[in-house]
Amino acid sequence: MRFGILVNEGPYTHQASDTAYRFAVAAIESGHEVFRVFFYHDGVNNGTRLSVPPRDDRNMQMLWSDLAAKQGVDLVICVAAAQRRGILDANEAKRHGKDGDNIAPGFRISGLGQLMEAAIEADRLVTFGD
Amino acid sequence: MAEGIKKKLLYVNRKAPYGTIYALEGLEVVLVGAAFEQDVSVAFLDDGVFQLLDGQDTADIGVKNFSRAYKALGDFEVRKVYVERESLAERGLDSADLMQITYEDENDDGAEKPLVRLIDRRELAHIMSEQDVILSF
Amino acid sequence: MSTLHIVNKSPFERNALASCIGHLGNDDAVLLIEDAVVAARDGSTVAPLIREALTNGPVYVLAADLAARAIKREGVIAGMKLIDYRGFVELAAQHARTQSWL
Repeated sequence: MRFGILVNEGPYTHQASDTAYRFAVAAIESGHEVFRVFFYHDGVNNGTRLSVPPRDDRNMQMLWSDLAAKQGVDLVICVAAAQRRGILDANEAKRHGKDGDNIAPGFRISGLGQLMEAAIEADRLVTFGD
Repeated sequence: MAEGIKKKLLYVNRKAPYGTIYALEGLEVVLVGAAFEQDVSVAFLDDGVFQLLDGQDTADIGVKNFSRAYKALGDFEVRKVYVERESLAERGLDSADLMQITYEDENDDGAEKPLVRLIDRRELAHIMSEQDVILSF
Repeated sequence: MSTLHIVNKSPFERNALASCIGHLGNDDAVLLIEDAVVAARDGSTVAPLIREALTNGPVYVLAADLAARAIKREGVIAGMKLIDYRGFVELAAQHARTQSWL
């Protein structure tokens, strides 16, 4: 079965990102496909490579980036939500005259159409939020 | 995208506007998503009914008043907008407190008709049970 | 096919669980995750809500979230089912849709 996953909260403040990550791993281990993980609202904050969490705790960004690298999961950050919250890739930084970008490996920035596509094309969409 | 897939898609709004961004960014999904021509329904229940109240004035909180954007739902071809009757009553509200939101009925010479339908909890539960996808904000 | 309703907030903090249970369809399942697992303890003032959901369909709770919050399996309301993340995935697959009561 093809799963789409929607993550509506950033890491650490809420458990949503942790639960979504564990759901994604369990789905893959069970032989399902994770078609896409879409990050919306504060969920876009999962995709900054500039976070430096304590070493004795999990690093959510790295967990997601590893999932993309090892399992080929498509991690998409909503561009409108990302602009509000300062998550930028090189193109976005240049376009808005910012002095740097911060997107983490494995994540890409795109539009809400990617969420709609996940809702339409996945067999199930599961939402994790506040 | 695979051609011709049409899913029943319900947006569930349960939060008041302004205290959090969910109402605004939820509405953005509805408006952007309209281009995908799915079978869309939008429901307002619990504190979500406050999103549709007439007379929102955000001047003194410094946050953009986006309530007028709900009036565009009809222009975006959204035809199923539901407000839960019990949620209004629990909050001491009734339909007279809601914004007038209309659509132009293409089957009736473009006549302006009310877009919002008041439904009771059992009917909303039934609508939820008929969907392919439910997005909650 | 029925719905898997996912609740992640404590009923002592928000109305998500009550609203969810007020909108259940026949045979719909409820899954408690994250802070919602506090509702799984028997003897609390919200236990009647869970019992109401149990008369309609199954009620599941994510065991990992119970353990994290020191809620013992023995203290969980009779009739509720404990699952792991793989069980969560299978429930999502077996139901026609999921609804997260955010």
